[in-house]
Amino acid sequence: MNIEQKVKEIIVEELGVEESEVTNEANFIEDLGADSLDTVELIMCFEEEFDIEIPDEEAENLVTVAKAIEFLKSELD
Amino acid sequence: MRRVVITGFGTINPVGNNIDDTWNNLIHGKSGISRISNFDINDDYASQIAGEIKDFDPKAHFNRKRLKKIDRYTMLGLVATQQAVDAAKLEDTEFDHNKAGVIISTGIGGMGTFESEAAKLVKRGPKRISPFFIPKMISNIISAEVAIKYDLKGLNFNITSACASANHAIGTAFRSIQYGDADIMVTGGAEASVTPLAVAGFSSMRALSTRNDEPEKACRPFDQERDGFIMAEGAGVLVLEELDHALSRGADIYAEVVGYGATCDAFHITAPAEKGEGGARAIKLALDDAEIEPAKLNYINAHGTSTPLNDKNETIAYKTVFGEHAQNLKINSTKSMIGHTLGAAGAIEAIVCCKTFMEGQIHPTINYENPDPECDLNYVPNESIEMQVDYALSNSLGFGGHNGVVIFKKYK
Repeated sequence: MNIEQKVKEIIVEELGVEESEVTNEANFIEDLGADSLDTVELIMCFEEEFDIEIPDEEAENLVTVAKAIEFLKSELD
Repeated sequence: MRRVVITGFGTINPVGNNIDDTWNNLIHGKSGISRISNFDINDDYASQIAGEIKDFDPKAHFNRKRLKKIDRYTMLGLVATQQAVDAAKLEDTEFDHNKAGVIISTGIGGMGTFESEAAKLVKRGPKRISPFFIPKMISNIISAEVAIKYDLKGLNFNITSACASANHAIGTAFRSIQYGDADIMVTGGAEASVTPLAVAGFSSMRALSTRNDEPEKACRPFDQERDGFIMAEGAGVLVLEELDHALSRGADIYAEVVGYGATCDAFHITAPAEKGEGGARAIKLALDDAEIEPAKLNYINAHGTSTPLNDKNETIAYKTVFGEHAQNLKINSTKSMIGHTLGAAGAIEAIVCCKTFMEGQIHPTINYENPDPECDLNYVPNESIEMQVDYALSNSLGFGGHNGVVIFKKYK
């Protein structure tokens, strides 16, 4: 499974949203109903799934689906 | 003083997931105790039995996202609250939300959450701890969750006094309305501590029954062969309301709350004071608060845990307060069938008191087979009885020597 697919799958699971809502432009808080604790949990799930560590200063920038995918792709390449 | 009535109630517990099933099973003496299935139990546990909720699918009540954010104790509390709110028609009528508060207690809080996150910490380190760990686990979160769900903006906290928690919650909610701080209080208790660590801990105290081969017979309050209490999970929630407020919005009234007494043994962390001295003082305070003569009381919903010490000292306390009239009292133990739901017990038992008024029946204390000379009152053994009850006293005692007594009156 590619990174993009896996990221979207995690978002669907963690935020309890429909797959169709998880567009690349979607903002976790504004569009997908996450609160600050949800975003922390989401980042932890990415770390877990891809076995990496995401520093807090990086995590703060990952506010949309596209930004998360982009960051994870660059880290894992 | 403003009068306080009960306009709604709801429960989920080992003998029923609603009021009707609960009452029907209690009246027929049906035990909800069975071998533990909430987790993998084995012979290393001295006590392997508990009162667990049956046929409860959290997914039927909460969406995926909510399920991850709330502990089982909060789930049970929210289910019972919805029943109580529906009965009180709170969502259908106008009221001042700033004067509606919540005090729903728990003896321990999110024990299951605590255990799983602690295991994660040991195994995988601090970075893997969920950001929801603290808000899921803390014992006040049920009161907050209820306030958020129903937009109740008045006073809000929880009271933790172990197994007396719910009676202190109900008593404090009663005072809040009497005093004028609130017009409506959603109150009660919720507990989900049938978990490995909690069962192990209470077992180490030698507090639990080890009659593992006969789960339904294990809880035998006031019987000479009693050997400890049985852990249970559940929730009970009541809507308390100022009388005129309830009448003006056309709410059904199930009972009145007329007295509250609270004391501490100041004696020992777990053992009751000699002769139930602290409990007796709490009963006297509640009777004085209700301004009723002891002889007017004819029914007590006992703490009745089935531990050797509790049942003996509780009996002595009743004799101390009521003298010869103690022999006339009908005393039952709801825990004989449900087990001990710790911080939810007083709330479920308050609901039992309401149903006792409404149905004119007193449910039995089951498994009463061998009279104990030290427990020689009328515990309504094994069969329910028909009786019109005007006043009900509900007694709760908690580790720490906390005593909480609430008196209810049939609403006429």
